[in-house]
This record gives sequence, structure tokens and C-alpha cells, in this order.
Amino acid sequence: MKRLVVLGAGTAGTMIVNKLRPMLPMQEWDITVVEPSPFHLYQPGLLFVPFGRYEASELLRPTQPLLPAGVPLITEEVERIDVGEDLVELASGQTIHYDQLVIATGTHPRLDMTPGMAGPHLGDTVHEFYTLPGAEALRQKLEHWDGGRFVVHVTEFPIKCPVAPLEFAFLADDFFKRADIRDRVEMIFATPLSGAFTKPIASERLGDMLDTRGIRLEPDFSVERIDERAMVSYDERVIPFDLLVTVPVNMGAEFVARSGLGDELNHVRVDPHNFLAEGSGNVFALGDAAALPISKAGSVAHFAVDVFVENFLDHIAGRPMGRSFDGHANCFVESGAGKALLIDFNYETEPLPGTYPLPVVGPLGLLKETRINHLGKLAFRPIYWHMLLPGRRLPVPNAMSMAGKEVPTGQPEREDVTI
Amino acid sequence: MTVATMEGRDIHVDAEGFLTDPMEWDESLAATLATNIGIDLTEGHWSAIRFARSDYAANGETPTLRRMATAGGVPTKEMFALFPKKPAKKMAYVAGLPKPVGCV
Repeated sequence: MKRLVVLGAGTAGTMIVNKLRPMLPMQEWDITVVEPSPFHLYQPGLLFVPFGRYEASELLRPTQPLLPAGVPLITEEVERIDVGEDLVELASGQTIHYDQLVIATGTHPRLDMTPGMAGPHLGDTVHEFYTLPGAEALRQKLEHWDGGRFVVHVTEFPIKCPVAPLEFAFLADDFFKRADIRDRVEMIFATPLSGAFTKPIASERLGDMLDTRGIRLEPDFSVERIDERAMVSYDERVIPFDLLVTVPVNMGAEFVARSGLGDELNHVRVDPHNFLAEGSGNVFALGDAAALPISKAGSVAHFAVDVFVENFLDHIAGRPMGRSFDGHANCFVESGAGKALLIDFNYETEPLPGTYPLPVVGPLGLLKETRINHLGKLAFRPIYWHMLLPGRRLPVPNAMSMAGKEVPTGQPEREDVTI
Repeated sequence: MTVATMEGRDIHVDAEGFLTDPMEWDESLAATLATNIGIDLTEGHWSAIRFARSDYAANGETPTLRRMATAGGVPTKEMFALFPKKPAKKMAYVAGLPKPVGCV
């Protein structure tokens, strides 16, 4: 009997187990899952919680029923992995032997990494929405807030869902307009990047969207510390605020560092095309836990798992892994007023304008604000629970396609030409 | 990709002026690149540049500010003092390394 151990039952881990269990003979392969949380959180929903669109109960489901029957779930923290002995050591001291291991423990906001962020002002003038308690505290704050200097901020990249801070700013602008207090709110978007986003064409488009909403971009801002009413950067720039909504440093699980598998943010260094951890023949990392040169996002986990599952069957049969992941990412970007954009990209191709998934007819528009993109984003929540996590095939191509994309002819205008 | 002439030789650079072949770099070219962006190289710059070069050779990636601080021993505050405003980019430019892609 051989054993596959999957660490983490988030998007990537749950999908992997649901896809692989029917493919691996019960009498040959045991699959064991280790996940300390008894509840699975629909993370894309967090963005909407501060604006009162979702309740916590709509975003949480018990972890166990999302896994196939016959897959034991161990609800414990991992202490470390002994890659030499093929052992997972749990917090209780119990050890589990594996033949193959998947690390899918994600990445998490770390407020403790920035002086002042987790201090006495958290929940008062300083907020975050990357955790459910944080998003709920922010909802309570916004219910009674009547204006002032409102700063949306990203501490450091990479973060999971790198478009979420921009979406949050767009939705906040819309929220303040609806509450009829927009003229009393000064909005600032502070980022360590040189523009609104990471990729040039999308950065320009999203930067324009900040402009038209009267949200001032504060680029190249690397925060050193946070005080009650101001952020201070490493180069002594000061951004005062009445209300700060920050996205903390995101880091992988501590056991990754303790096991000697992580980079300086505890993300596992892997081969970006097959997810094998560097120097290993039986340890894989998928989803946000992996240090891939692409956005940390559920869509990336989804496309990656499809490639991984086929490769895994090759791998355990002693064949070379036949498929290579292209870094496909596909993200809806809420822009407020019931509209959204869609971006579709991979390791090689940055987000481009056009239509998706079909040329001209779409029906979704790439890098364009449309109503149907917004409906697509909302429709994704039931799809997530009922199709994606159970491992059913979605009607979208796995590899990124150039069909429908408008390829720019000259050099794109870049915001950061001057160094 | 374009070719720039610096110090009497052809250097391959991208649209933003970053070297595309780190092997075309040497220490005298670093001084020229630094001058291009208004920096006089001190011993502090050199220790950052040397770590970045060796780290790139080992890992194939330009180190991020966090990596410079944790693995290279150059605190972020000092990186901002050495390479004002955009330290990761400016250091990569002077060290003849690709623009950092820590942001995806």
C-alpha cells in the first residue's frame, strides 16, 4: 500500500484529492489529508464582506464533506517535513510516512511583519480584509464612517489575488458614492509597485480607472511602520490617513521554513512547469504555497491542478511527466457599479484587451468594464462549491489561448521607463 | 532588444535599459551604469551588487528587497539610502541583472 499525503484542504488541495481519489486504486493508494481548519473559506468572497454583500455563513463550509468518502482528514498543524525520511511530523508529535507528498498550505496575511500593523490601532484606524474577522471588523467600521482620508495599501508583493486591493478601492469608491459621502472622502492607493498593477498594459488601464474615480496613486511606497494616523516608508515619506485598509505581507506556512523548503517568504521553490519541489523526486507544491512566477490565485490553482493530476499518474507509473504548466491565470476584477473586468494571462503573455473565451462574441470582455463580467464573478461562487472543488471539468480551456486577444503592435506605453 | 555602446563596446539592453546578458557586465561597466542614473558607487553599493550577482548566478532570479535583507544582509532602509526611490530596480540596473519580477 502506498500513501499520498496532501497538506492543506484549500482550493488546490481539495481539488487534487477529489480528482485523484477516483483515479488511484483503493487497494494500492491511501490518500490522507492534513488540514487544521474545520471550515473551508471561499476566499474570493472576502472582498465583498466589508460592503455588506456577503455574510460569513455564506462563505464557510465544513471541510470534511468537501472531500471524497474514504479519505481521512487529520485536523492538526504540521510541525515539519523530514524530506530525507519521507515523514510528516504533526504538532502532536505523531508522524505520517508518505510515498508522495503535496504541499498546498497556501499563503497567509502576516500583520506581525510590519511594525504597528497589529498594534492597538488595528480594528480602529487600521484595517485589513484578507481574513474573515478583519473583513467583518471593516464592515462595522464602514457602516458608521462619515469621511476623511481613506488609504488603500499593499505592503509587499507577492500577495494572493493581486488585483483584490484595486477591486477594493473601486468598490469603496462606489460604496461611498451610494452612501452620498464620496465628496467627503479623499482616496489614495499606495503600492510598492511603480504603477497600479504588475503588468504594463493592465497597469495602464487600471491606473486610468483610479484616475477617473479620483483615487490618487502613490507608487514606489515601501512601508517601514504604521502609526495611529500615518504610514512611514523606508525613505521617510509619510502618508497620513483617517482610515487605512492595508494588505499585509503574505507568507507561506512556518513549517515550510522549518523543513528547509521555503524561500524568504516561506513559499516552496518548485519547477514552474511540473511543481516538483527543488531537488526532490516526491514532494510537490501547488497553489499559493508554491513560489511560481505568476499571480497567486484560485484560477491558477485550478489550471495547475489539471496539469498536475495527469502528470502525477505518469510520475507514479515511472513515466516522464507529459504535461507542462503554462502559468495560466484568469481573474475577474470588480470595478464597482455592477461591472467588472476580466484578465487572462500566463507566464509569457501579459493581460491583453479582447474577448473571452471566443474571439469577437466573447461573451466576456478582456480588460473592459462590463456588466456580464460582474455577473460572471458572482456566478463563480456556486460554481466553486459545486463544480470546481469536487473536481468537475469547467467549460473553459485549461491552457491559455490567444484567441480573442488583441496583440499590441508597437511597444506598450510603460509607466516605469525611467528607472 | 537594442544594442547600446558603453565604454567602447556593444552592450545588449532591453527597452528600459536593463542588460539582457549578465555576462556582458563587469565592474567598470557598473560605474558607467551607475553614473547614468546619478549614483556614485561606494563600498556599500558594491557589497549589495556583489551579493545580487552571486545570488542571481545561484538562483537565476534578481533578488527582491526582502531577499537582499534576509539573505544578503543589506537592510531595506540601507537599500533605499544606496539606491533612492526604486532600490530593487536601480540595483538590478547597475548590477547588469534583469528587472526584478518579484511582483506577479
